[in-house]
Amino acid sequence: MLPDLGKYVVPVLSAYGAMIILAGGLVLASLKSAKDSKKTLAKLEQKRKAKSND
Amino acid sequence: MSIWEFANPVRFMRLSGRLLPYFAVLTAITLIPALVWGFFFTPDDYRQGATIKIIYVHVPTAFLAINIYFMMFVTSLIWLIRRHHVSALAAKAAAPVGAIMTLIALITGAVWGQPIWGTWWVWDPRLTSFLIMFIFYVGYIALWAAIDEPEKAADLTSILCMIGSVFAIVSRYAVDFWNQGLHQGTSAPLLRPGAENQMAPVFWQPLMLSLAGFFLLFLTLLLLRTRTEIRNRRITALRAREA
Repeated sequence: MLPDLGKYVVPVLSAYGAMIILAGGLVLASLKSAKDSKKTLAKLEQKRKAKSND
Repeated sequence: MSIWEFANPVRFMRLSGRLLPYFAVLTAITLIPALVWGFFFTPDDYRQGATIKIIYVHVPTAFLAINIYFMMFVTSLIWLIRRHHVSALAAKAAAPVGAIMTLIALITGAVWGQPIWGTWWVWDPRLTSFLIMFIFYVGYIALWAAIDEPEKAADLTSILCMIGSVFAIVSRYAVDFWNQGLHQGTSAPLLRPGAENQMAPVFWQPLMLSLAGFFLLFLTLLLLRTRTEIRNRRITALRAREA
C-alpha cells in the first residue's frame, strides 16, 4: 500500500503525520468553536426575544 | 457594488454562509487528490530520493505562512484606517491558521533538512526569520486573548502585526537578499513574475495542485473562523446588555 520510501521512510512519514495532526486538529477545533458559538448565540437570541415579548 | 459593503457584519454573514459549503467542497476535491498524488504517485528525485515528497506539504504551508501574515497586515491596516470590525476579526480569525501553517512548515523543513543537509536546524536567514514570524503569530494570538476590551485589543494587535510584517517580508525574500545559508531559492518560481520554472512537470503539477488545495483550505477556515468571531462578538454584546 505504502510507496517504497527506502531509507527516508521516517522523515517522509513524520512530515505527513505532523501535517495531518496539526491541520486536522485546526479544522476540528474550528468546527467545534463554530458549532459552540452558533448554539450559544441561538440560546441568547431566543432568551432576548422571550424577554421582549413579556 | 463596493467591497466595503462586506465590512457590514450582517452582509458578511449572509454572503459567507452561502459561500462556505462551496469552499469546503472545493478544498476537499483539491487538497485530498493533491496529497494522494504527491505521496503515492510521484517518483523519487535523483538526488533527494523519496524526501522530495515532503515538498507537497512543506512548500504550500510555507507559502501560506507568509501570505496569511500579509493578509493580516492588510486587514489590520484597514481596521486602523477605516475601523471596520469585520477586517479586525478576519485578522484575528486568520492568525491561528497562519501559526499552524508556520509550525507545519518549520517541522516539515526540519525533518527534510536532517537527511538532506545533515542537520535539523541552522541559523540561516530564511529559517530564522520564519521562526521569528512564528513567535509573532503566537504573540499576536496571546495579545488578543489578554485584552478584554475588543477595540483596544484590535488596535494593539494591529500594531503588533505591522511590526511583525517586517519578518514576513524577510522570510519571503531572505533567499534573495542574502546569498548565504542552506535554504535553496523558491521551489515555485512560477509564482514570481518573470521567473522560469526549473522543476520537471512530474513534480511541479502535484505541487501546484497542493498549493491550490492548501490555499482553499485557508479560505474555508478563514470564512468559518471569521463567522465564529462575529458571533462571539454578538454573544459578548448580548451578555453585557443582560448584566
